[in-house]
Amino acid sequence: MHIYLPIAEVSVNAFLLLGLGGMVGILSGMFGVGGGFLMTPLLFFIGIPPAVAVATEANQIVASSFSGVLAHFRRRTVDLRMGTVLLVGGLAGAALGVVVFNYLKSLGQVDLLVKLCYVIFLGIIGSLMFVESLNAIRKTRKGGTPPPKRRQRGWVHAMPFKMRFRTSGLYISVIPPVIVGLFVGVLSAIMGVGGGFIMVPAMIYLLGMPTKVVVGTSLFQIIFVTAFTTMLHATTNYTVDVVLAVLLLVGGVVGAQVGTVIGARMPAEQLRVLLAALVLVVCGKLALDLLLQPSELYSLGTDGGH
Amino acid sequence: MLRLIVLLSLICLPAFAAEEQVVLGLSQDRVSITANFDGSEILVFGAVKREAPIPEGPPLEVVVAVAGPSEPVTVRRKEKRFGIWVNTDSLVVDLAPSFYAVATSAPFSEVLTQTEDLRYKVSIERAIRSVGADMNIQGAQDFSEAVIRIREDEGLYSIREDTVAVDEQTLFRTSIEMPSDLTEGSYAARIFLTRGGMVVSTFETSIDVRKVGLERFLYSMSREQPIWYGLMSLAIAIAAGWGASTAFRLLREN
Repeated sequence: MHIYLPIAEVSVNAFLLLGLGGMVGILSGMFGVGGGFLMTPLLFFIGIPPAVAVATEANQIVASSFSGVLAHFRRRTVDLRMGTVLLVGGLAGAALGVVVFNYLKSLGQVDLLVKLCYVIFLGIIGSLMFVESLNAIRKTRKGGTPPPKRRQRGWVHAMPFKMRFRTSGLYISVIPPVIVGLFVGVLSAIMGVGGGFIMVPAMIYLLGMPTKVVVGTSLFQIIFVTAFTTMLHATTNYTVDVVLAVLLLVGGVVGAQVGTVIGARMPAEQLRVLLAALVLVVCGKLALDLLLQPSELYSLGTDGGH
Repeated sequence: MLRLIVLLSLICLPAFAAEEQVVLGLSQDRVSITANFDGSEILVFGAVKREAPIPEGPPLEVVVAVAGPSEPVTVRRKEKRFGIWVNTDSLVVDLAPSFYAVATSAPFSEVLTQTEDLRYKVSIERAIRSVGADMNIQGAQDFSEAVIRIREDEGLYSIREDTVAVDEQTLFRTSIEMPSDLTEGSYAARIFLTRGGMVVSTFETSIDVRKVGLERFLYSMSREQPIWYGLMSLAIAIAAGWGASTAFRLLREN
């Protein structure tokens, strides 16, 4: 069944969109990532104009994150205080990111920089997580319970403005979370994603938060940042396609629920290995696009039309 | 006296202007884009009206060209720099129709000479224009060819030779397929009657392509009330997220 999208001005198969939304939704619920880093490239691939794909994806992430975070709230795995601190940085970062994005757009190189961002960040994070979680699995396999790890009291703990985050069991300075939020906000505005795939590892490895709390807190923060991004796109570029968003999110919210259930039943380490593998696959695909000669050297873009 | 001359000229004018004229019919002069729109086929049919007997010489040929609204297109070319493929040169093609289909009653080179094509801009190559081509870029021609190649692959540009049926040099008909990825606007349909490659008569009409119903409503709202449109999108997203979460909880509790 084909559906004509009013803003994207293309006709697409409704079931294809529902399926894509569902698949990405499951991953989103399992890993606490918005799924934008998978969905946005997939939308390009099925012929949605990139500007519409990025803006609509932000709207869809709001839905799947909201659905996911409710499940986490019931399980009390959301650190509201940490989420709010991250959010403060995130909103400022998103606003800054939009400015950077428009500057790159005026240079005509935005596609390349977005792709480079993807390759670099997905590559670094994917490999780090993969190695780390494989080591963790090997340790548990070797027998015996691993000794309870003492958190290193590094530079993160030496900063001022300390705050107690009860849910995470942390007493750290607010500066690192604000910087993490800011950084992720900038990247999410440039890359058109929620930024969970960067924030989740940052929370685990930089802030030392427990894995169980990380997913819910990341979803909580993502809702607000992507809602803000959606409004920016809707009012400045008119590129949010609500029909496309509804089709994606119907599949997405159902998928997110299923994913949350699966995620809760899987060991955290294995969950991380899977997420790392997924991140590396997407990274490899994008890197190949940059390295191999494209079959069509020319590309079209309408500019200044609207 | 003056009135008589005006009256006479009015009566005689059509005959002077062209000996053969097109009387055209369209299966539809309006394409409505609804939510389940997946392309459209427009039947173009007509007859040749003439006061005199069919002229001697080469037979009558018919060319039908349908063009969507034109807008500037930026064409970018990739080159390998530092080991990766990046956009380097770009060129703006001033006017390129969003859709262009030509149907002819015989091979294109037989129905229209190059000079006539240049004059009436019928073939795809002539229909797109890049006057402001930057002379610093090598092979500016490659860029407009790329537009044609990419849009032909997407089914937006097409030239279909031998698809106009002409009966007794008087009746003609063809069908123009329009893909599902149409943009809104007024589409110009031009019909050319030719003999020996020379245009003997032309006729032009327009086909209105419009979004209707929900499509129209959402499109206008996104342009005219972007803030409300954005808030509506967010409200739908949150409601859907909450709905799915609640539904699943109820399912699991039962």
